[in-house]
Amino acid sequence: MEPADVAGEFREYNLAYYDGSRRRVLVTDIETPFPEGKLIVSRTDVAGVITNCNQSFVEMSGFSEAELIGQPHWILRHPDMPPAAFKDLWDTVTRGTKWNGYVKNLRKDGGFYWVYATVVANVRDGIIAGYTSVRRKPSRTKVREAEALYRTMNQG
Amino acid sequence: MTLQFTVSPDFPADRISGWYIFNTWMQRTLGTGIHLEIYNDFGAQRKAIADDRVDLIYANPYDAAMLVREKGFVGVARPRGRSDEVVVAVSAAGQVIEVEALKPGARVVSTDDPDIEMMGMILLEPADLNRQNVERKVCRTYVLVAKALMNGEADVGFFLADAYAKFSPLIRDSLRPLVTSQIHVVKHLLLLGPAARQHLDTLRNGLLAMADDAKGKSMLDGLGLDVWEAVDREDVEFMIDLIDTLVE
Ligand SMILES: Cc1cc2nc3c(=O)[nH]c(=O)nc-3n(C[C@H](O)[C@H](O)[C@H](O)COP(=O)(O)O)c2cc1C
Repeated sequence: MEPADVAGEFREYNLAYYDGSRRRVLVTDIETPFPEGKLIVSRTDVAGVITNCNQSFVEMSGFSEAELIGQPHWILRHPDMPPAAFKDLWDTVTRGTKWNGYVKNLRKDGGFYWVYATVVANVRDGIIAGYTSVRRKPSRTKVREAEALYRTMNQG
Repeated sequence: MTLQFTVSPDFPADRISGWYIFNTWMQRTLGTGIHLEIYNDFGAQRKAIADDRVDLIYANPYDAAMLVREKGFVGVARPRGRSDEVVVAVSAAGQVIEVEALKPGARVVSTDDPDIEMMGMILLEPADLNRQNVERKVCRTYVLVAKALMNGEADVGFFLADAYAKFSPLIRDSLRPLVTSQIHVVKHLLLLGPAARQHLDTLRNGLLAMADDAKGKSMLDGLGLDVWEAVDREDVEFMIDLIDTLVE
């Protein structure tokens, strides 16, 4: 992430990923509201690399479709999200089970948006061929609960 | 062998003759006897599917998962551009102007259209409403759903957007839409079961060519559709995966 892409005052974080790599991210306090009536949809291959996404996904992430396709899904990872949440996601979906959770996502401009996400495995001929994630508008009550929980998890 | 054809019970009542004409066309195109059975509700239709009494179906997207993944149906075609969208509305006489103002215990009214009910409930989630904390009322038609709101018998209603758009100004002025879905990928589709598999290509080719001549166009008109587009296996599987994320 480059400061030129970021809107407003930002903080800098150095995120460590599950695979050992690191990435510098720039974060602001600007929230983008969930688009009314819409779903944010993306699909990945078995490794979590984005293969498809819909227009709402593009608009909310702040990236162009070309910048998203072929990227790992952690391009949206926000430093306030505890790594355990995503470990749970991967443990669940690789078993072929549906995963649900509240997720704070990072935009290209450093801002964020909250979603209620569901991830399912795309089973084709008995084999997991990839994953689909569908995000919908979360209730504010649930977002406040998730905020508190993730803060505790990040301190622990 | 006579094949069994059925249509998702949510089709508009004035289209019934259109579906009989379509059935006659299918018999001629496929060179086989086809019986059109119209079920009164989704429950009766699902029972027929479970009992293997359906070979061809113009299906509600909600039922596609069962048909494809449990019964081995494959997608033939779907009407282009016609997605099922839901309008969540309240009485215009009330105070509620956004979904978030609805409270647990809200009385929710809809028809038994399963995809509309599913999407409607999702649009109520921002108000912390779910199947456990609302009261449900089911009406036979969307006009009756509107009346239930106008009469104060329910607090919020779900409508198929196409049905809402056709309401008279009188009904529309009595309602206040809070949110309309823009999901775009949930669509009715024509599916064909294992016993009819040999007819897949002929049927699909016939459907795709339907808008090419005047006779076919008038048949499409009779169904309230514009043109058929082909669906491949992955189109159908993708829609089923998406719906899977929306059901509990
Ligand atoms: C279908 C799918 C969708 C995902 N969507 C997101 C997302 O929107 N935001 C996000 O931070 N991680 C998402 N993930 C999880 C990422 O793959 C990754 O696990 C996460 O960003 C944390 O990175 P790490 O696992 O390298 O620590 C998704 C995974 C899958 C399979």
